[in-house]
Amino acid sequence: MKHLMNPLDLSVEEMDRMFDLAGDIERNPEKYSHICDGKRIATLFYEPSTRTRLSFESAMLNLGGQVIGFPDGGVSSAAKGESVADTIRVVSCFADICAMRHPKEGAPYVAAEFSKIPVINAGDGGHQHPTQTLTDLLTIRSLQGRLDNFTVGICGDLKFGRTTHSLVNALARYKGIRFIFISPPELRIPDYITEMLSSKDIEFSEVIKLEDSIADLDVLYMTRVQRERFFNEDDYVRLKDFYVLTQEKLRNAKESMLILHPLPRVNEISVDVDSDPRAAYFKQVQYGVYVRMALILTLLGLVPEEYNA
Amino acid sequence: MLNVGKIEEGFVIDHIEAGKAMQIYDHLELGKLDCSVAIIKNARSNKMGKKDIIKVECPIDTLSLDVLPILDHNININVIKDGEIVEKRHLALPKEIRNVLRCRNPRCISSIEQGLTHVFYLADEENEIYRCRYCEEKYSET
Repeated sequence: MKHLMNPLDLSVEEMDRMFDLAGDIERNPEKYSHICDGKRIATLFYEPSTRTRLSFESAMLNLGGQVIGFPDGGVSSAAKGESVADTIRVVSCFADICAMRHPKEGAPYVAAEFSKIPVINAGDGGHQHPTQTLTDLLTIRSLQGRLDNFTVGICGDLKFGRTTHSLVNALARYKGIRFIFISPPELRIPDYITEMLSSKDIEFSEVIKLEDSIADLDVLYMTRVQRERFFNEDDYVRLKDFYVLTQEKLRNAKESMLILHPLPRVNEISVDVDSDPRAAYFKQVQYGVYVRMALILTLLGLVPEEYNA
Repeated sequence: MLNVGKIEEGFVIDHIEAGKAMQIYDHLELGKLDCSVAIIKNARSNKMGKKDIIKVECPIDTLSLDVLPILDHNININVIKDGEIVEKRHLALPKEIRNVLRCRNPRCISSIEQGLTHVFYLADEENEIYRCRYCEEKYSET
């Protein structure tokens, strides 16, 4: 039985097949609307994440399946001290597949070890969030038409942001990707990522201001710079506006550039950017549903013949 | 130089970094064995300056030493049978270690999940780096 813990659990070929399937789901939703009749997904959310949970639940409902689960550890037996291992043994009797969000790193790995049903890691602390990475890749592939030969700028908190680390690791497997990391010095991308890129001869640069590199980008991935990450208030005040995307800063950007954001957005993308045709962060949410539908079908072994290996 | 007599059957764990013998004694749970154990601290060593040595007199199939290279990679083990060295072992780093090391990451599920097997895998053989199977945090002694 297959689980999804880390985006790199999937080979490039497996990912491409899943994205092809997601594309067919987008074009022909009715073809898939009863494929999971009688199947259930359990969404086990030990900490709230409304958007991710609703995305999984919508994905299953779109496939004709049903949903059970809990939205918060406080309302589950976890609050009584039940172990993850026991919870998943029980849930295996109720559902066909499960998506687990947990504040502790590695909790879904424990679940996978004891589970009789496929387990999807829906985010484990600061560790992994593979369906966000799949969402990001599918969005780029669908809107840019490819996952190779482009320049991607990743902007904001690159030190603590797990979504950006996963995205870099996943994109580094494709050809001709060039990275520009845009962050304050305090929140630089970790060395182990830049060492990995150097070891694969992948081109990258690090800059402090978004304006300095925006003209080169085919994809701009924005993340939030949080005040509490700074060593002192003066630095925060001095640097914070460098990481807020506005129409003014977009003037030099390519017409075809895509703006992505894992959401929730606070103020790092000005609302006047929302109507710009390059803003893709709400489309990204829709692609998140398609890719989770494709993932559920893959893990349940329900992929139509033409998309199977 | 202090002399400790020969053993008939058991192990001589040699070239232990000076000062680490008690840590190895604890890890191997030698205190629970009903057999003779000699711990020699700060013995003179041409190669290391000084070193620790542990001699254990026990049937050789009763003690697993697989964990030793994680604690000290330079250790050599002489296996003794009938008073003679029958095997010299320089153990390779195990690919996986179960229930020996504990993850120190307070955010790791292994810090709260009861009854969980603590598993580390060898992530980088050259640099002797082990990572927790659950959270992938690098193992460090401190």
